[in-house]
Amino acid sequence: MNTTLDRLSPGETATVTALDVEGPQRRRLMDLGILPGTRIRAERSSPLGDPTAYLVRGSLLVLRRNHAGRIHVDRHQG
Amino acid sequence: MSPTPSPPTTSACGTCALNNAANLRRLGVDPSGHDLVVALAGNPNTGKSTVFNALTGLRQHVGNWAGKTVDRAEGGFEYHERRYKLVDLPGTYSLLSTSEDEDIARDFLVFGRPDVTTVVVDATRLERDLNLVLQILQITTRVVVAVNLVDEARRHGITVDFRHLSRELGVPAVGMAARRGTGIEDLLDAVERVALSPTSFGGRRLIHRNRRLERAVSHLAERVARHVPGVTNPRWVALRLLEGDATLERAVAEGRLRELVADPAELRSETVPEEPDA
Amino acid sequence: MTRSPILDETDRLRAELPENFRDDIVESLYAEAARISATSLSHGERPARPTLDKLLDRILTHRVWGFLAMGALLFGVFWFTIAGAAVPSDLLSNLLVEHGHEQLNRLSRLLSLPDWMSGLLVDGVYLSTAWVVAVMLPPMAIFFPLFTILEDFGYLPRVAFNLDRLFAKAGAHGKQALTMMMGYGCNAAGVTATRIIDSPRERLIAVITNNFSICNGRWPVLILLGTVFLGQLAPPPLAAVVAAASVTTVAALGVLTALVVSWGLSRTVLRGATSVYSLELPPYRPPRIWRTLYTSLIDRTLKVLRRAVTMAAPAGAATWLISNITVADASLAAHLVDLLAPLGWLMGLNGIILLAYVVAIPANEIVVPTILMLTMTLGTNLFGAEQGVLLELGTAETATVLVQAGGWTLLTAVNLMLFTLLHNPCGTTILTIWHETRSATWTAVATLLPVGLGIVVTSLTAAVARWAGWG
Ligand SMILES: Nc1nc2c(ncn2[C@@H]2O[C@H](COP(=O)(O)OP(=O)(O)OP(=O)(O)O)[C@@H](O)[C@H]2O)c(=O)[nH]1
Ligand SMILES: [Mg+2]
Repeated sequence: MNTTLDRLSPGETATVTALDVEGPQRRRLMDLGILPGTRIRAERSSPLGDPTAYLVRGSLLVLRRNHAGRIHVDRHQG
Repeated sequence: MSPTPSPPTTSACGTCALNNAANLRRLGVDPSGHDLVVALAGNPNTGKSTVFNALTGLRQHVGNWAGKTVDRAEGGFEYHERRYKLVDLPGTYSLLSTSEDEDIARDFLVFGRPDVTTVVVDATRLERDLNLVLQILQITTRVVVAVNLVDEARRHGITVDFRHLSRELGVPAVGMAARRGTGIEDLLDAVERVALSPTSFGGRRLIHRNRRLERAVSHLAERVARHVPGVTNPRWVALRLLEGDATLERAVAEGRLRELVADPAELRSETVPEEPDA
Repeated sequence: MTRSPILDETDRLRAELPENFRDDIVESLYAEAARISATSLSHGERPARPTLDKLLDRILTHRVWGFLAMGALLFGVFWFTIAGAAVPSDLLSNLLVEHGHEQLNRLSRLLSLPDWMSGLLVDGVYLSTAWVVAVMLPPMAIFFPLFTILEDFGYLPRVAFNLDRLFAKAGAHGKQALTMMMGYGCNAAGVTATRIIDSPRERLIAVITNNFSICNGRWPVLILLGTVFLGQLAPPPLAAVVAAASVTTVAALGVLTALVVSWGLSRTVLRGATSVYSLELPPYRPPRIWRTLYTSLIDRTLKVLRRAVTMAAPAGAATWLISNITVADASLAAHLVDLLAPLGWLMGLNGIILLAYVVAIPANEIVVPTILMLTMTLGTNLFGAEQGVLLELGTAETATVLVQAGGWTLLTAVNLMLFTLLHNPCGTTILTIWHETRSATWTAVATLLPVGLGIVVTSLTAAVARWAGWG
């Protein structure tokens, strides 16, 4: 199901489909290992609600909601 | 501040058996009269500074978070009667740096021409860290891959086939747990082997799946090499130009590409925005 | 300027490439990395993140427990520092300040040094250095190893994670919290640490606000004031707790100030969107406690000693000189104190304290000894001290001196604690800011903004206190 990364609840897994970010920031995300086809899992939200830590290729990366919202994903069922 | 690490701790672990590779002599901050330069590169928080301390006997700050080291630190060690200068670099996710600490690492790796580049990778994050290894291999094949934190990996039930890894990458890959001092001897042997090998400085051919890109890079690299004889890594420069690296573009436009080779610090992008009243 | 043929060629070649060729580059690297890693690794049955890590995160980044743990850890570290430093501090002060000073005096008489020389060397240089070592060394040798253990454990990024929403609201970068924590060691190091922030705008905000992280040179000042003035208000068994609580409060105020100033900057002169950032939460790693204690102890000791020699010694000499050079019937110090007195009064402090801050621009460590030295010589000459001789008193008698000779009240102590938080960065930090920003304007902003804030805040508290009749 198509959605954006910020919509995942902790524990849910998805596959990245597209990055709606351009320029160096896009590059930065890709260098961190977030690119189309990458499996990503929402791990924990910060105690204040935002940001959220995501498990990507074995490491926990923290993204703020407004940035995560620009990463399109396909949510895994179940 | 404080780019120079503190003086060596002599007594603490210099004598404990595990920590002591028999032919290693830690030289502290004194890399004078060195024959060879070894750079320590890698993703953030993989244990570069820990390896640095183990080899030089210095006390460069380490910490369990990405971004602890933000400056270059130098030290020395002697192995088999040969003197090495070891350069600890800030961690970097890729060679296309965006922040100043990453610039420092990138500049040294690309333009500093170390005799050996030791890429320290985290055994528990091998996939991501290999991304950087592959990028570095595009610049130079005088590389040793030090797979650190194998103790952590073992705790997670991960084992690494170093021979296979080594074969795949075409450069030596050794396993180590730098904090305990295991694997230091293997690392030193690999570094020595690469340092003494006649391998050229050139990188391994790009493995871009896109043929058109590959052609464009080769073509542009040739132009760059002709235009600026002696430039280090024309292929890398070409690739960066194609990608639109503003710093490199400016350097080319102003005819400073050659100077960049001489003084990598120049490459650092201007980091200060307009004055407040502007 | 003529366009370089290489750039023209680049443009031409780029135009021929497919639109997403940049993505292709990264994707092919990752595809290769994934292949190699998959064939080189064999996984056991264990999960990607160990359960222990998950459990720890569930507590340390919990809505309630997370913040409680943060407060408790900070407070615990201060309490431990205050309680643990008392005895060694007294010991050192006994040894270096009392006995050492006496022996040196005897020696200088034996060598029949001229008065001015023994005064300058023994009463000025030696005493202030000895005092700084006695007061700074023990707390810093306890505080930093504890902090380093937390750092090695992997706790610092969790703090950044917990507080990030506040930083986001303030328009600041998510890694600013990390650079502030480095500032707790030394603001110069904190300013250098801002290199990890890739956006110039957010980096400048982090540079300017780093001074609100209380540094190495200021912790002991706060600890001393908290112990001597606030701790003594409480019954003895609770003294250390109250002192620790007061220091924790000032540290928390520092974080708050950094957030408010960041917010102000990002809404005015440093406007812009926050950039995508890449805070990473590393796996927890068991710290090697003994090794950390050992190296961190040595590190701090060397640092404090080095600073004492390079900073406290000249400052001691300067203080002795201004106390002993007489111009028109009074010492230079007395004139300067008179000059600063009105501003001092306004800020609920006094002229001596402000003069001490001027002398201590190179290093904050020297503030308290200078205040004491000046108070002893310029205050009511209660203790019959010589001009510019630093006290030979333990910390316990310090309060007496300040209250009786200096006319201090609780307001003076509280405002001095506030001013310790809010004043210009030390000389080394100012130089580092210049080095990192290469901008005179921004260096000036980073230097003057905190003092300005300090003057406003202390004047306000002084006015309120006086109005309420506490002053
Ligand atoms: N268990 C274990 N921990 C290690 C090992 N090597 C390093 N560490 C720990 O990993 C953390 C990071 O080590 P550093 O040496 O600071 O890493 P770095 O690569 O220099 O990090 P940056 O400077 O931030 O790029 C520290 O807490 C070390 O104590 C190891 O072999 N085993
Ligand atoms: Mg490091």
